[in-house]
Amino acid sequence: MLKEYKTVSSISGPLMVVESVDNAKYGEMVDIEMGNGIIRHGQILQVDNDKVLVQVFEGTEGLDVESSTIRLLSKPQQLAVSPDILGRVFTGTGVPKDGGAEIIPEKRLNINGNPINPYSRDYPNEFIQTGISTIDGLNPLVRGQKLPIFSGSGLPHDEITAQLARQAAVRGKDEQFAVVFAAMGITFESAQFFINDLTETGAIERAVMFINLANDPAIERIATPRVALTAAEYLAFSMDMQVLVVLNDMTNYCEALRQISAARMEVPGRRGYPGYLYTDLATIYERAGRIKGKKGSITMVPVLTMPEDDKTHPVPDLTGYITEGQIILSRSLHRKAIAPPVDVLPSLSRLKDKGIGEGKTREDHADLYNQLYAAYAKGKESQELATILGEAALSEEDKKYMTFANLFEDKYISQGYYENRSVEETLDLGWELLSMFEDSELKRIDVELIEKYMPKFRK
Amino acid sequence: MAEKRQGTIIKVAGPVVRAKGMGGARMYDVVRVGQQNLIGEIVELHGDTANIQVYEDTVSIGPGEPVVNTGAPLSVELGPGLIESIYDGIQRPLDQLYKAQGEYILRGSQLPGLNREKKWQFNPIIENSSEVTGGQIIGEVQESTLLLHKIMIPANLSGKIDGIKQGEFTVEETVAVVTDKNGNSHDIKLMQKWPVRQGRTVQQRLAPNKLLQTGQRVIDTFFPIAKGGTACVPGPFGTGKTVVQHQLAKWVDADVVVYVGCGERGNEMTDVLTEFPELKDPRSGEPLMRRSVLIANTSDMPVAAREASVYTGITIAEYFRDMGYTVAMMADSTSRWAEAMREISTRLEEMPAEEGYPAYLAARIASFYERAGRVECLGSPKREGALSIIGAVSPPGGDLSDSVVQATLHVVKVFWSLMANLAQQRHFPAIDWLTSYSFYKQYLSESFEDKDKANDMVNLTQQAMELLEQEAQLAEIVRLVGSESIGAKDRMTLETTKSIREDFLHQNAFHKVDTYTSINKQYEILKTIMHFHEKGLSAVTADADTKDIFKLSVREEIARSSYVPEEEIEKIVGIRNTIEEQIETLKVGV
Repeated sequence: MLKEYKTVSSISGPLMVVESVDNAKYGEMVDIEMGNGIIRHGQILQVDNDKVLVQVFEGTEGLDVESSTIRLLSKPQQLAVSPDILGRVFTGTGVPKDGGAEIIPEKRLNINGNPINPYSRDYPNEFIQTGISTIDGLNPLVRGQKLPIFSGSGLPHDEITAQLARQAAVRGKDEQFAVVFAAMGITFESAQFFINDLTETGAIERAVMFINLANDPAIERIATPRVALTAAEYLAFSMDMQVLVVLNDMTNYCEALRQISAARMEVPGRRGYPGYLYTDLATIYERAGRIKGKKGSITMVPVLTMPEDDKTHPVPDLTGYITEGQIILSRSLHRKAIAPPVDVLPSLSRLKDKGIGEGKTREDHADLYNQLYAAYAKGKESQELATILGEAALSEEDKKYMTFANLFEDKYISQGYYENRSVEETLDLGWELLSMFEDSELKRIDVELIEKYMPKFRK
Repeated sequence: MAEKRQGTIIKVAGPVVRAKGMGGARMYDVVRVGQQNLIGEIVELHGDTANIQVYEDTVSIGPGEPVVNTGAPLSVELGPGLIESIYDGIQRPLDQLYKAQGEYILRGSQLPGLNREKKWQFNPIIENSSEVTGGQIIGEVQESTLLLHKIMIPANLSGKIDGIKQGEFTVEETVAVVTDKNGNSHDIKLMQKWPVRQGRTVQQRLAPNKLLQTGQRVIDTFFPIAKGGTACVPGPFGTGKTVVQHQLAKWVDADVVVYVGCGERGNEMTDVLTEFPELKDPRSGEPLMRRSVLIANTSDMPVAAREASVYTGITIAEYFRDMGYTVAMMADSTSRWAEAMREISTRLEEMPAEEGYPAYLAARIASFYERAGRVECLGSPKREGALSIIGAVSPPGGDLSDSVVQATLHVVKVFWSLMANLAQQRHFPAIDWLTSYSFYKQYLSESFEDKDKANDMVNLTQQAMELLEQEAQLAEIVRLVGSESIGAKDRMTLETTKSIREDFLHQNAFHKVDTYTSINKQYEILKTIMHFHEKGLSAVTADADTKDIFKLSVREEIARSSYVPEEEIEKIVGIRNTIEEQIETLKVGV
């Protein structure tokens, strides 16, 4: 029988203080039974002698000091896992939400995981074909990478993540693939869009969902990404699956963290976010990766909405310092109805060089990518110049590059959410676009490659 | 030695634990916390109550559990076996941990920093019954093909040596005995310990007098760092801080490189781990790993150990410096170290200063960088060692007014400013030539044996920098009125600065030749670019059309000069003749 305490002394925000508690341990779980018999869950944030500070996941609404009963569960927060979690929908803390049966656990795992020994990591270098040209061609994703999507309110990140979940695959290999989707504070519509999309394509069988909607308790969100990653680690490293984890939306997660920090009266850092935001985000993002001697992998695509599209806001800023690149969405491309509206110039995949080239994609990939990038950057400048000076004032060269930039946006970037291009198609499209330049202008491509791949030299 | 005492936990809040009954404990003593034996360090004492910073996750630790004081401060083990090791922030060997417990780092793990089983061939260099003092070298161990490990008498010991033996020993076996003046005998082993928060003793400190060659053109030529100097690399994410650090770790002409990955990405450390054993040192042809010590405390590892990791790194670096070697230490990133300090300070409920950082932030940063320097080492034989520190800083949003950047700039002598717009133009290393600086430029001429060359190089860098300065002003004008409306001389200047930027300052870290450029080749390339400028100007005065000058085919050769292998450096000299020939044809044509 677990010991019960009726010694709640104060409640404020999501936190409550319980006195005269024996044997409380930091970080362990508690059940809180309300006067009417409803049970809520909480976690111990601090133990000071026999005084315990508890964070209540479902919120403290309706809790009172007199009738609440606390039970110490003497275990950290855990997730029950078994192969049956595939195809199921859970709440943000891992309780079945789809009306199905409870999971009969194969094992229970601590949701906080353990830090991965850097020595045991395997370097991510296997190319993932996403079927999206701006990613495959210019910012290639590799297995075990964490590549966030920096989005903004009103931009179609839901469509892109759904497209990624549908299309992403390692080429030439028939391997077990799974999607773990963690929704944090997003709307019912957004979550349903994703679920429907997966259901239509049948991918739902291979998906695990953890849903914390905008009207679910914010505190529960703290646990959601950790619960999702625990499930992902189980699928990847115990069941040898290739797991894609989508975390949507990390900005909401950080706001929940800020809420708790404020309730604990901690010294705030930038914009009121706690000083340990970097460490906290790192313990989530760093759970992506590959491990020596294991077949599975965790590839992570966190989505975050930048307030005011501001990249220097603490959430995108700290994320950028931890993740291996970023895909940035552009409002102006979106207005031009270019889909997916990936802003090519500031987007970056840090691990691209190890994942492309001969034997992985094609030998011309790196040079081609550099040339396209340079030409588009130049074309963008001409586009801007044209808006200031008028098109007539442009030199012939500037005009040519502007035409290129427009074509590039219409044909290469724009592809819609349901076209799945193979990497060869993406590369050939790049060559086709570059064919409007003289060969000598293509300084970043090896001459031999031009002679091999330029359309006019091919049959 | 304080006796071992046991206290009891009374409070747990994240990585900070409070314990009572800790009478006799001293500040910074290492303690073992709870039933799981977590490692911690005492950071505050009030009566017999101690606040402890715990290096591991404290989940499931609670009041009533024991705290055992080891009676010694956080120390590192120094001796043969350091080279080629990879440690976490408190010197636990990660490769051994992986073998012992798998892919995750479990709590309470204990493994010694140095391998206890391995035997090393020890060769004494002094005789029995000679008088020895602290720091004196008594023998040598060939630790790797690149490093001869010198065994030294611990700093605070002196007396008469006896029983010194040659042969194979483990780090714990006695190789000699020293009898001090009180008649007490002390066993000398291959291994010694040193507390990490205390700088190692030296005979005296000296001013730097020589440059550390890095093979990176923008650094060696324009913003060099000295042997024993300090540098900082601040920049927003995506500007290539880590690539700069990796490049330095690979190509710097130091005897030992200590690389501290402090709170950074796990995959980046994996990159270092897979790449270093394969890369060859350009001077010796041996794998670079044979001169490197890696410390990896990635961002998902506990925050308190991250705070300790830079101290662990610098103490190891100082130990090699004391053997008389040139040592370079890279810390990536010191912002994470400062944030770890902030996090612990917050948990200790200290009064915060700017941005929530503790008030002692600037003092800690300053005293850390102050551990760099050129020194005369303790004890005989007389020898000099140098320790350079290169710290990366990751300011939030790339804002250089950040407290960590400012505190660092107060103490370092070299500033490499990484710019987001350069990185976006794919100009790497994205070191901005207008805002960066170095106080060690006066030693540039020391890098050349030939005196004329040395003077020439000093002039060339001066001229090139003046041109780049002019370019910044001209660019403003061009933006307003267009490039057609400026004079021919100015157009020539703009073309030359473009060449300096693209053919000299830009360097491809991933190209097998371009990744490293010797100082001599740097001189030849810069000389060639400036030669073209000079000849171009003379053609302009002879009324040649600038368009024709810019079209000359020799410019292609100049652009490719950085890809000329070191052995064929004469080819670059040859380009200068081609320049003269081709410019002459223009003058004739007029």
